[in-house]
Amino acid sequence: MVLSANDKTNVKGIFAKIGGQADDYGTETLERMFATYPQTKTYFPHFDMSRGSGQIKAHGKKVAGALIEAVNHIDDIAGALSKLSDLHAQKLRVDPVNFKLLGQCFLVVVAIHNAAALTPEVHASLDKFLCAVGNVLTAKYR
Amino acid sequence: MVHWTAEEKQLISSIWSKVNVEECGAEALARLLIVYPWTQRFFASFGNLSSPTAICGNPKVRAHGKKVLTSFGEAIKNLDNIKATYTKLSELHCEKLHVDPENFRLLGDIVIIVLASHFTRDFTPACQFAWQKLVSVVAHALARKYH
Repeated sequence: MVLSANDKTNVKGIFAKIGGQADDYGTETLERMFATYPQTKTYFPHFDMSRGSGQIKAHGKKVAGALIEAVNHIDDIAGALSKLSDLHAQKLRVDPVNFKLLGQCFLVVVAIHNAAALTPEVHASLDKFLCAVGNVLTAKYR
Repeated sequence: MVHWTAEEKQLISSIWSKVNVEECGAEALARLLIVYPWTQRFFASFGNLSSPTAICGNPKVRAHGKKVLTSFGEAIKNLDNIKATYTKLSELHCEKLHVDPENFRLLGDIVIIVLASHFTRDFTPACQFAWQKLVSVVAHALARKYH
């Protein structure tokens, strides 16, 4: 799976629309992931999972930051997220299936706040991008 | 048998009562074919699927999308016995249509995104949970008679 020039344009475009709300998108993505796929909470036993949790907010910001980093270096996502990839492989070891779940929830959040911008073409590009990010983060697992 | 809480049933029906089945069905199937182009393999007889524009405008895609989402409606009417509702369709998808059940999961995810874009803030996390459960149960029921 390769990101075409069109995909890269689409992804940069939608993230430009998201702009300064990326942190909020990150938080809402996590909230929805924990609510929709309760098994994902097993990676955060130490988290306060109540609504408005400071920990979820902080972590949502981290996730958003990583996605933005990937967008800003979309020609070399593996390079941009190399340290994060090491972290996931050596320390966090989140099962690969969960990156799809996170990606799905991010798409839902974008659909809710930017329905008009999430055309089928942009949806396809964003889905590909999120897959690529997940692949990079699990690339060094074994 | 799947257990549905009263809240889950309410969240599902309240959204469903406002769904335009023809529009949402058409959109969901079109997005499936666009976002996961390999799914087009099942629709060689549908004519022009050469671009997102062609897919979205394709009348066979629209009609089939409506058919598929209408069948979801049957599941919602029979939440307490989805398995029975889909017995014949499961056999059909296995024996005649030869559809890999993974495709039911892909379509389910797309339906969720289409609902999110239409209902926006009304598609709360609790709603998403209930609907995710529904699409998973439907996918499972459709795969149940595979052999």
